[in-house]
Amino acid sequence: MNGNKSLKDFERQIRECVKCGVCQAHCPTYKERRREGAVARGKIALAAALLDGGIGLEEQLQQDISMCLMCGSCVRSCPNRVPTHEIVGAIRRQISEHEGPSLIARGVSAMTGSRTLMKALSRGGAFLSPLLFKKIPETSGLRLRFPIPAMKDRTLPRIALRSLFDRVPEFVQGREEMPTIGFFAGCSITYAYPEIGEAMVRILNHRGYSVFLPRRQQCCGIPALSSGDGRLVEALAQTNAEAFAKRDVQSIVTACASCNGGVGEYYRTMHTDLQEFTDKVVDFSVFLQQDGLLAELEGMEKWPERLKVTYHDPCHLKIQGITREPRAFLQALPNVDFVEMENADACCGLGGTFSVSHYACSKAIGARKIPGLAESGAGMVATACPGCIMQLQDSINRAGLKMRAVHILDLLASALP
Amino acid sequence: MDEQVVVELKGIVGAENVSTALTDKITHSYDATQERHLPDVVVYAGTTAEVSRVVMLANRHRIPVLPRGAGSGFTGGTLPVKGGIVLVLTHMDRILEIDTDNLIAEVEPGVVTAELQRQVERRGLFYPPDPASREFCTLGGNVAECAGGPRCVKYGVTRDYIMGLEVVTPEGDIIRTGGRALKNVVGYDLTRLFVGSEGTLGIVTKILLRLLPRPEAKKTMLVQFETIEGAAQSVAAIIGAKIIPTTLEFLDAATIGCIRGGSGIPLEADCSAVLIIEVDGDAVTLDGQVEKILAVIRPLGILQTRIAATPQESEAIWQVRRMVSPSLRKVAPDKFNEDVVVPRSRVPDMIHALERLSAEYGVAIVNFGHAGDGNIHVNIMTDLRVDGMAGKVERLLEEIFRTVVELKGSISGEHGIGTSKARFLHTELDLQTISYMRRIKAALDPNNILNPGKIFTDRLPVPAGDAGGSEP
Ligand SMILES: Cc1cc2nc3c(=O)[nH]c(=O)nc-3n(C[C@H](O)[C@H](O)[C@H](O)COP(=O)(O)OP(=O)(O)OC[C@H]3O[C@@H](n4cnc5c(N)ncnc54)[C@H](O)[C@@H]3O)c2cc1C
Ligand code: SF4
Ligand code: SF4
Repeated sequence: MNGNKSLKDFERQIRECVKCGVCQAHCPTYKERRREGAVARGKIALAAALLDGGIGLEEQLQQDISMCLMCGSCVRSCPNRVPTHEIVGAIRRQISEHEGPSLIARGVSAMTGSRTLMKALSRGGAFLSPLLFKKIPETSGLRLRFPIPAMKDRTLPRIALRSLFDRVPEFVQGREEMPTIGFFAGCSITYAYPEIGEAMVRILNHRGYSVFLPRRQQCCGIPALSSGDGRLVEALAQTNAEAFAKRDVQSIVTACASCNGGVGEYYRTMHTDLQEFTDKVVDFSVFLQQDGLLAELEGMEKWPERLKVTYHDPCHLKIQGITREPRAFLQALPNVDFVEMENADACCGLGGTFSVSHYACSKAIGARKIPGLAESGAGMVATACPGCIMQLQDSINRAGLKMRAVHILDLLASALP
Repeated sequence: MDEQVVVELKGIVGAENVSTALTDKITHSYDATQERHLPDVVVYAGTTAEVSRVVMLANRHRIPVLPRGAGSGFTGGTLPVKGGIVLVLTHMDRILEIDTDNLIAEVEPGVVTAELQRQVERRGLFYPPDPASREFCTLGGNVAECAGGPRCVKYGVTRDYIMGLEVVTPEGDIIRTGGRALKNVVGYDLTRLFVGSEGTLGIVTKILLRLLPRPEAKKTMLVQFETIEGAAQSVAAIIGAKIIPTTLEFLDAATIGCIRGGSGIPLEADCSAVLIIEVDGDAVTLDGQVEKILAVIRPLGILQTRIAATPQESEAIWQVRRMVSPSLRKVAPDKFNEDVVVPRSRVPDMIHALERLSAEYGVAIVNFGHAGDGNIHVNIMTDLRVDGMAGKVERLLEEIFRTVVELKGSISGEHGIGTSKARFLHTELDLQTISYMRRIKAALDPNNILNPGKIFTDRLPVPAGDAGGSEP
């Protein structure tokens, strides 16, 4: 059975596009290209034509459908909530089915399917340097997670010497009376930013929870989704659901917005019934607010020396309406002076595998964050997604700004005893 | 399309900016009317010279040219109803100059309206025209349609801010109209001719805009009324008291019905009209203006008044207004959105006439809009799948337009005529006037290549010497 929705499943929503053009104001690829094929409205027109049999999967159509970050910015502002990001995903899967997987899709499955490459690299403490990448086959998934086709000038995260799995046991015991929380870490945190993961586990444990970090968890599937590999997404969804079913967890926390968009938001749209799993998925900021940590922070006295910090909205949280919680934490943190910036909610430009297939455009979208970042006067930009951290830091370095991109959990961990 | 023409087009704008792929034809076949007509070729222009050469080529081969901005038009202005070249101007999007000494901006046509507004506001200046589409429509499209918006009550429409234009004529010449001086009576006022000409007389490639100093502050309020009369009389009373608010928006009972429950601001159960009033100016004068307004409208059946104390509260009020369009879909699947305008004092008459027509035809009509300037957005909500409904709506539309004209109004305040209203042009204009307009069109565009099939229908009698209706 096919767990992913097909284009046909979106027929009603596709017909609901009234061609108003509002999405032009919010679509990052459109703002960069200013061509109708780049915007949600154009893609929906193509989706409708595909359904009507008015067009085949011609080359230009594939081009236009590839010109999408699947960021959902259009959906939030669309009067009829047409889910363009999901519809684009469905068309990409249709393209893969008909034309065979794209180079990108093959790369994604090479990596996310096995994980051994990532592991090996992680243990070897290798850098994701251009030099290293030369040695990696053209189709490798690594090129997708940390994209670098001829990206000599790109700032890349260092693959950590020891992955999160080497640092934290599979089960960390908390207080007897408290429930167990599952932690879906995801590839970026596990291999590139394990400190964020450690902070997450430490904070949860500090609050008294037991933490379950199943070793069998896999990639959330966002890169596969973005590249149109529906079968892989399905397999990953099954594996992840099974991995967390091994223990009785009350919630499954994510600290990567993209992963949340995958294991939470996307899995919920699938035909396969994963509700028992997806109902438990929650972003760390929402979880910790409900848990009462936010209130405690608000009660703390502000430190005399504080960091000026601004916030970038990761698309995968923004689209779910999670914009207040992360800001509330930054406002409450005793070691932080929070300032808003202009275009805080504009996409960073990474977009799943978009940055690989359209590197120049991705860079240009990233550069659009710079004026807002610079004018905010902040020394740090905090966010809630390691993918955004990587892309933001790259844009910042490229622009020659003195600024660091960090995770809210980094700041939180340093504020807590 | 002749292969040779495509080759020549590629020579002018570069191969990457010309496409005959079906994909591109489909994505350039529509605007906000949702109608669809495939062009033969899609061209993106980058400079005035390119536009000029494309038009010359098209003129030589008698190929229709459709200037296109953001494609947010409500009347089909950019639809290639007769095929041809869709000429997209979104890549000509530079703000060339903001002259803070003379309060002038010079821009290319593809600049998005709100982007210009943000840039001038950073410099303490102000570009008032504010169509609801300003975050995505282009200034070229605004000039072509003479766009308006809520702030027009006080500040006027696009026309009032255009000082001069650079235009590519239908034969490919590049001409300049108006200028930077505040006074100018040299020759015909061609600027005014081009503003609102819907891309039928020339392609605007540069725009000189008049700017104002930015008002220091504003204040927003939402007033709920027992009756539509109360709201209408309030509009008259406010203007009568010699206060011109920045905006004076109204929502009628049917509109309120659509948004009730969903609106962030609770609406009273017996509220049958809402006014959203905003005033701007020096901060010290605002409270005085608000008090004066409240004093004159207080006796007119007010249920509740909410005055925003913070920008967030003001935003919440505007959110009520912005909810309206999306909520209409709940009423019926098909919507005919007309933007009629009547003299301010006739708004109540118009609303009553619409209520009567709605009952008579058994079709829901939802009204809201810019009460301050008499511009009413009349939304006929219907289901075209019902047998005979299309004909019924057509008759209803015609009656609405006749009523508007009887009340000395206009059948379109800001959206233009395009293809959507062309068949109703005669309800407002007499044949001599239409014929005069068509002679202008025929003289300037002898081969009828610029946006053919718009404003005028081929159905009306064609005056002698008029090429305007002939096929290209
Ligand atoms: C949600 C929504 C809200 C709207 N609200 C308002 C409103 O409040 N007030 C209002 O007035 N309108 C409104 N509109 C209508 C529309 O946005 C305006 O008419 C706008 O001016 C069109 O600009 P555009 O760039 O989209 O032009 P397009 O739709 O691309 O073109 C419109 C016409 O202009 C011509 N044209 C475009 N560029 C040029 C050029 N450079 N030279 C010559 N001709 C050109 C085209 O040929 C066409 O005839 C709204 C539309 C939508 C979808
Ligand atoms: S905002 Fe939504 S309805 Fe409007 S054109 Fe875009 S996708 Fe269509
Ligand atoms: S998902 Fe993002 S990139 Fe794709 S059409 Fe919507 S706004 Fe544009």
